[in-house]
Amino acid sequence: MNIQRLLAMAYKEALQVWRDPRSLAVALLMPLMQMGLLGYGVSLDIKHVPLCVYDQENSQASRSVVDSFTASSWFTISHTISSEAGIRRAMDRGECAAAIVIPVDFSRTLSATGSAPLQAIFDATDVNTTNIAMGYAQGVVAQANAALTARWAASHGAQPSLVGQVDLEPSVWFNETLESRDFIIPGVVAVILALVGAQLTSLTISREWERGTMEQLISTPVTPLEVMFGKLIPYFAIGLLDAAFCLAVAAFWFHVPFHGSVGILFVTTALFDLVVLGIGYLISVRIRNQLGASQVALLLTMLPTTLLSGYTFPIDQMPAAIQVLTYAVYSRYYVTILRAIFLKGSGLTDLWAPILGLVAYAAIIIWLAARAFRKQL
Amino acid sequence: MMAEVNEIAVRVHGLSKSFGSVQAVRDIDLAVAQGEIFGLVGPDGAGKTTIMRMLAAVLRPDAGEILVDGVDVVAEAERAKLHLSYMPQRFGLYEDLTIAENIFFYGALFGVPRGERIARSQELLEVAGLLPFRNRLAGQLSGGMKQKLGLICALIHTPRVLLLDEPTTGVDPVSRRDFWAILYNLRESGVTIVLSTAYMDEAERCSRLALLHGGEIRHCDTPQHLKAAMPGALLAIASAHPRDVREAVSGKPGVLGALLMGDRVHVRVDDAGRRIPELRAVVADRGIADAVITPAEPGIEDVFVALLGEEKPHELR
Repeated sequence: MNIQRLLAMAYKEALQVWRDPRSLAVALLMPLMQMGLLGYGVSLDIKHVPLCVYDQENSQASRSVVDSFTASSWFTISHTISSEAGIRRAMDRGECAAAIVIPVDFSRTLSATGSAPLQAIFDATDVNTTNIAMGYAQGVVAQANAALTARWAASHGAQPSLVGQVDLEPSVWFNETLESRDFIIPGVVAVILALVGAQLTSLTISREWERGTMEQLISTPVTPLEVMFGKLIPYFAIGLLDAAFCLAVAAFWFHVPFHGSVGILFVTTALFDLVVLGIGYLISVRIRNQLGASQVALLLTMLPTTLLSGYTFPIDQMPAAIQVLTYAVYSRYYVTILRAIFLKGSGLTDLWAPILGLVAYAAIIIWLAARAFRKQL
Repeated sequence: MMAEVNEIAVRVHGLSKSFGSVQAVRDIDLAVAQGEIFGLVGPDGAGKTTIMRMLAAVLRPDAGEILVDGVDVVAEAERAKLHLSYMPQRFGLYEDLTIAENIFFYGALFGVPRGERIARSQELLEVAGLLPFRNRLAGQLSGGMKQKLGLICALIHTPRVLLLDEPTTGVDPVSRRDFWAILYNLRESGVTIVLSTAYMDEAERCSRLALLHGGEIRHCDTPQHLKAAMPGALLAIASAHPRDVREAVSGKPGVLGALLMGDRVHVRVDDAGRRIPELRAVVADRGIADAVITPAEPGIEDVFVALLGEEKPHELR
């Protein structure tokens, strides 16, 4: 490889990106937009589920149960009604997503037997929300239970400790505030990098074919490797810059806790950058028009990265065959690494496997890319 | 022996290329001496561009041999590229780069050292009259300026062989004259130029011509010899009604061909002395009173049409 030709290629490519408003927008505005959109827009947390309350008894005990729901930020009471039909009406209108019914003999049963049934009704048209809301409801009831059980024990002259009351105290590790945003945002960085990197490079060779500059270029002694590396240098720099920006926004703006090593973060980010650039370049060599190339690049980066990398949908919840498939998705490794570095502060000893996966992927892609371009019409 | 080898700058033997079922170039042999301006002439689709691309090592031939400056272009394409320069038919430079940036880029790709690049581009820009526009984007140049820029980029590494595919198509006459002035200068400094053209006046400026048709070289000689080899003699009939004249004379005894040339008709006949009075009578019979018949010097277009028969002459420009 001739360094003068390599640098000339890189400089020329950088000038072209700089002067192309579309490329510049993809390089600079897209990360900003995506970070805002995905950072604020995507959240798996459900707060303030509208709750309809039908308290048939209206006793001290029943009110204390209702209070437990009000006190949690998971539920907001939207209706207090006095008939079964009211629940149906509120749900049909979409005014509430859940309802609790406290039976008329609630406190009597409770004081007689030490436990009492409570009905909870959920609108399951949105299954995901329902699952989460049900979990929350169980948590709220468990808390209310504890308080009631203690009171019942006391009123029956038993020592609370003797009732054998079991308290479940959930302890959450690695994402202490249980914010799904902390879980998602590191993955957003991978999505943005994949999108920007492959989009920009997918245009680089196809643009030369489309504009008729390729014929002149291949008539010079420049080698395919010089073309490839020369073209990738500016995009590699843009990718790293975008990644640094996104990671900084994640840590300082969204306050995603960062526990890991900046060094490992840098190296793995550079590897991932290489992989997506290589993929974009390969597409660009194969597809000689810009529109087609950028569409294919979108398909091969956004889709697997959002769906199969574990960025939003947990991999261990997928069918076994799909789980195997995720090993072929390069972003899987990077998302795993990002999350581990951010939330767990994992080091090389824990991360060698996904890092090795990235290294192998980068090596294969660059090898393929280096062989793909032929200096022939 | 050595000297003789060096005298031939481009040697082509048995060159063929097909695209699917279309044979674009058939078994071509060529030898271009050093310092020649060699023209490939022919209508569109004759195979000019395909030949130029194979000479430039950007298109692999199906069969045949190409030697440029002694280097085997097929086997050692990359080494050959150091010796030659190619200007494609379609403008191949970066429109979003300035004149200076394009020149600098191509200079670097050809391995011209930085200092030399600056000095040489200065000199070439001056000759081409582009110096005041050096910081203008290539996309904002006129057709003629673009072609001159292409030529500068092709010359930045002082090639031994220059390949120009229809270099002056779409270029205004003044720029064409400038362009040719540069080519003549180059020839004097020993550069061999192979160019393709569909312009007949441009063909006349070449030292030798290959007349191409259907992917084959039909004739190859100097313009003078080609003209001399034209069978028959040429008459020019000037009239205000050239179309009527052509219709009247076509197919008459001794008339080998009639070609419309603006307000005149070029008529090729077997014997000028005998046919002039006959044609006068023919034209007069048709009621064309203003026709003036004189012997004429054949141009390359006449020669081309005469040598190739009447196959698709309308595609010549």
